[in-house]
Amino acid sequence: MPSIQAEVTNVATNRPQAVKSSLWRQSIRKLLKNKLAVGGFAVVVFMFLLCFVGPLFSPYTDNKVNMTMMNKAPNIHHWLGTDKLGRDVLTRVMQAGRISLTVGIASMVLSVFIGTLLGAIAGYYRGIVDQVIMRIADLLLTIPSLPLLFIFGALLSEWKVPTDYRMYIVMLILSLVGWPSLARMVRGQLLSLREREFMQATIVLGLRDRRKLVNHLLPNLVPLLIVIATLNIGGAILSESVLSFFGLGVMPPTPTWGNMIDAANNMIDFQERPWLWVPPGFSIFATVIAINIFGDGLRDVLDPKQKR
Amino acid sequence: MSTHSLLHIQHLSTYFDTDEGTVKAVDDISLHVRPGEIVCIVGESGCGKSITALSVMGLIEAPTGRIADGIIDFDGQNLLSLSKNHLRSIRGNDIAMIFQEPMSSLNPVITIGEQMSEPLIIHKKMNKKQAQKRVLELITQVGISRPEQIAKSYPHELSGGMLQRIMIAIAISCDPKLLIADEPTTALDVTIQAQILDMLREFRSQSDMSILLITHDLGVVAEMADYVVVMYSGKIVEEGEVVELFANPRHPYTQGLLRSKPIINQRQKELYSIPGYVPNPLELQESCYFHERCEHCMDICRTQEPPLRDVENGQKTACWLYEKEAAVHV
Repeated sequence: MPSIQAEVTNVATNRPQAVKSSLWRQSIRKLLKNKLAVGGFAVVVFMFLLCFVGPLFSPYTDNKVNMTMMNKAPNIHHWLGTDKLGRDVLTRVMQAGRISLTVGIASMVLSVFIGTLLGAIAGYYRGIVDQVIMRIADLLLTIPSLPLLFIFGALLSEWKVPTDYRMYIVMLILSLVGWPSLARMVRGQLLSLREREFMQATIVLGLRDRRKLVNHLLPNLVPLLIVIATLNIGGAILSESVLSFFGLGVMPPTPTWGNMIDAANNMIDFQERPWLWVPPGFSIFATVIAINIFGDGLRDVLDPKQKR
Repeated sequence: MSTHSLLHIQHLSTYFDTDEGTVKAVDDISLHVRPGEIVCIVGESGCGKSITALSVMGLIEAPTGRIADGIIDFDGQNLLSLSKNHLRSIRGNDIAMIFQEPMSSLNPVITIGEQMSEPLIIHKKMNKKQAQKRVLELITQVGISRPEQIAKSYPHELSGGMLQRIMIAIAISCDPKLLIADEPTTALDVTIQAQILDMLREFRSQSDMSILLITHDLGVVAEMADYVVVMYSGKIVEEGEVVELFANPRHPYTQGLLRSKPIINQRQKELYSIPGYVPNPLELQESCYFHERCEHCMDICRTQEPPLRDVENGQKTACWLYEKEAAVHV
């Protein structure tokens, strides 16, 4: 269904500007009242600025190995100390954040795209298409995601995938694991939406399937998708960190928060040099918590029915 | 008013297969709608009047529902045998429909203007600009001021009465030959009801559009109909010209319906109501389906189904009371 695919992206980009009036303004106003969510958002923005703008102000971005500066504790020149190759930890945390956040967002976008597309097709057309898609989703859901990620990661190492490409493949893997639960949710929503009276009205008006799906059903899903997408970023960052921590994700020298915490695997580093693993660990913690708090706030505003 | 019929339903049967058995929601009914005519289908809830409308629209959903038999002839073509694409080009274009609940019949996240322009773009092949212009005209035509503002608003921002006007505007936007209105005023205030009905009548006289009006409200029938069809338990029990039928109701059910309507300035001690309940559609036996509630029930009513026969002046009724040969049996 290449045409549907094209239309889906079309909606994703067109929607916000088409529906920018009162509904959205109302939601934003409500969101601003939730102090916790605003705080979460502020932290997320801060992390983004830190990671994407911060390195521009650092004198150590070349990542040169400096034998004279190995494993130095935090000091006036290196605010968070240096690692075992004499590289500035703060700079590396910021650069790692770029990768981690990018991987998180990219895999979120991909899994939301796949999940929405497949979920929508399954929910709208039902029958055999639904069966096939949902059984595949069930299959992926039954396998615990960590072992699955490990297997994929191990395969990558086995196939000697160049480290430069690993980042992109990790994104792919994460979204492959992420889409089934999303597809289920989208399908469930669609199944209930398509029985609503306004959908009957679209049949009466003689609209085409594609128009019904893209113009009438998907806009109703946008709030749900925004919430899920936000919460998904946090999950993806975590998964990427886990993979990289175990040396199966993005490989050094490319830094990510996950492979930086790998330092904690070393007993001496863990006990004597907390500056090596606390900053990346704290970054993951702060970012994921902030994203989740913000996502919860978003859900309360956009999808009040789900609130407990 | 010409004599050929625009919509001719012949022996339509719509069944629903449930776990307990087959429900004959609409059982072998036939009716005509002539160009420019307003035909009302009246009956209690569950008598099959809405299902008749949905059958015409092709909205009976498999696998539970099916049209077991019959022909729905619209403008010379059988709607039941048309391809999906062909049917789509008729829906919204030649046949339009208004639903009972205007609040839920519009998509909550799309602006009124966008929803109104859709059928224009599809059926009338207008471009966005033309459609927008036409939308504003239509909004004004259904008596709403500030069309620009309304077109930009979302359904939840308008009242039920306004939304029903919008629904009508959408329905008439492609100049349909037939408008099916399924209880269009039931969900609205009485004052708004009158306005909506007036509007429908006006559009009918302007464009010679036929209306198939489904209602349980005899006031609406008296106000609107040219021809009335009374349904009971999936069957037509009586039909005729509106004046004739109101003056001389033949079938005991129709008589009961007319008697149970409150009359202003005549306060009775107790309002009349037809005794008993609508029979369970799963337990229907060969009989007159109304016999348990009928004052004039005879032996034959319990065992044989009365056919729909001409009585007088084109009025038809399905009741053994008017069957000459039946009288012999009693």
